[in-house]
Amino acid sequence: MVQEIEDRKKMLNPGQARQQGSMGPPASVVPYAVRLVDVVKNYGSVTVLDNLSLEIPPGEKVALIGPSGSGKTTVLRTLMTLERPDSGHVYIGNDELWQMERRGRMVAANERHLQKRRARVGMVFQHYTLFPHMTVLRNIIEAPIHSLGVEKEVAVEQAYGLLDLVGLRSYADRKPSQLSGGQQQRVAIARALAMKPEVMLFDEVTSALDPEVVGEVLKVIKDLVATTGITMLMVTHEMRFAQHVADRVVMFDAGKVIESGPPEAIFSAPTHERTRSFLQAVLVRD
Amino acid sequence: MIWDWHTAASAWPHLMAGLKLTLIATLGGSAVALVVGLALAMVRLVRVPVLWWFCVFFTDFIRGTPLLVQLYFAFFVLPSFGITLSALKIGVIVLGVYNAAYMAEVYRAAVESVPREQIEGAKALNIPVARRWRSIILPQAAPTAIPELGNYIISMFKESALLSTITVTELLQQGEAFGSVTYRYLEPLTLVGLIYLVVSYISSIGLRWLERTMTYRR
Repeated sequence: MVQEIEDRKKMLNPGQARQQGSMGPPASVVPYAVRLVDVVKNYGSVTVLDNLSLEIPPGEKVALIGPSGSGKTTVLRTLMTLERPDSGHVYIGNDELWQMERRGRMVAANERHLQKRRARVGMVFQHYTLFPHMTVLRNIIEAPIHSLGVEKEVAVEQAYGLLDLVGLRSYADRKPSQLSGGQQQRVAIARALAMKPEVMLFDEVTSALDPEVVGEVLKVIKDLVATTGITMLMVTHEMRFAQHVADRVVMFDAGKVIESGPPEAIFSAPTHERTRSFLQAVLVRD
Repeated sequence: MIWDWHTAASAWPHLMAGLKLTLIATLGGSAVALVVGLALAMVRLVRVPVLWWFCVFFTDFIRGTPLLVQLYFAFFVLPSFGITLSALKIGVIVLGVYNAAYMAEVYRAAVESVPREQIEGAKALNIPVARRWRSIILPQAAPTAIPELGNYIISMFKESALLSTITVTELLQQGEAFGSVTYRYLEPLTLVGLIYLVVSYISSIGLRWLERTMTYRR
């Protein structure tokens, strides 16, 4: 059992391996896995991220909470390069995400630059976004083969390992439509892990699920938290889950971080009035 | 005038030769239309600068002028610019390009019907752009596009009768020629109409079958 966990750790800790290897500086000089500095994002006249700054050290599991429209999901989408910020800086490790150097000047990143950076981040979406025309196995191996250039046999072997991890090995040849929502979301987690990301983003991964299958998805994430060193950002409305798995809880309101700290502090003694009223509202509903 | 089976029988081989050319024109035109239409749609979807404007203008121009005028122009005017092609080749190209302008819209609508989340999912997995199109977007757009494209091919089969006006000896031209020699139009033209009907009817049944199987596979 111990050996098994060690193996999983090795398989799922590419981030640390990469930092210690020849590809990047040693872990000690990378104080943050993710860093946002004064990030602003507007949709028309609505400000979604308002000079937001956030720093996350490698391996930290962070739960992002807050009311709808407070900017939590936009932070994840910015990190996944799905949403370009209007201003500010976003770093993955030491590397600037949305800007690149050209002839000694910093300019807006092009697709090629983003493609390089994006490979270090994985995301699981609220609505799974599995490819409906592909089998479960094909969903998992598509990106490693065509993005990382992994040999097909290796990718398949790795995919079966990941399906074991999420308890769905026997579903490899099914189409997503033949799976329950919870099973589809577990496949989506396996698919994101297949890219060996340093940072994993979970965007309300249980809010589209039937209540009875929420548990199985949360359990997979809990296992990941317990066995891997991947940095994780989780937008969630599951307060009990956040309390149990997160190292830190970050409270968002109106595009800003208004409070941040260990779960026990945030949940038992929030300092900000807005946090108090938010928690009161959601915990009553729970 | 009474139907004469003997005349019908002697017209039949001529009509079959004509049908062969009609099918060649339709299949050739379809190949041109499917490829050019996809190219036009891709330029518009990916918003290739400059080319994009050209494609918009080109599509509007083709859709805004009658097919018959385009055929006459290609057949009578292009030779004076040194472009001389056989009547059949001109027919295939003009039919193809004309339908490409319409098929481009079918492709475009089908691609836009693929949920945005699918494209974001592929992007989040860092699947390269070309591969994203090939393995994620186009396969999901196909079930929407194929029945529509098939309808255009069936109507192209019927439109190909216009090629008779530029000397292509296709089905209608053969029927008309047989009539002008024998002074009997009833049999050959009735058969021409029936052949068009039977071929398009069978094709549309095939298309409906294809549509059903594609929906099941989704």
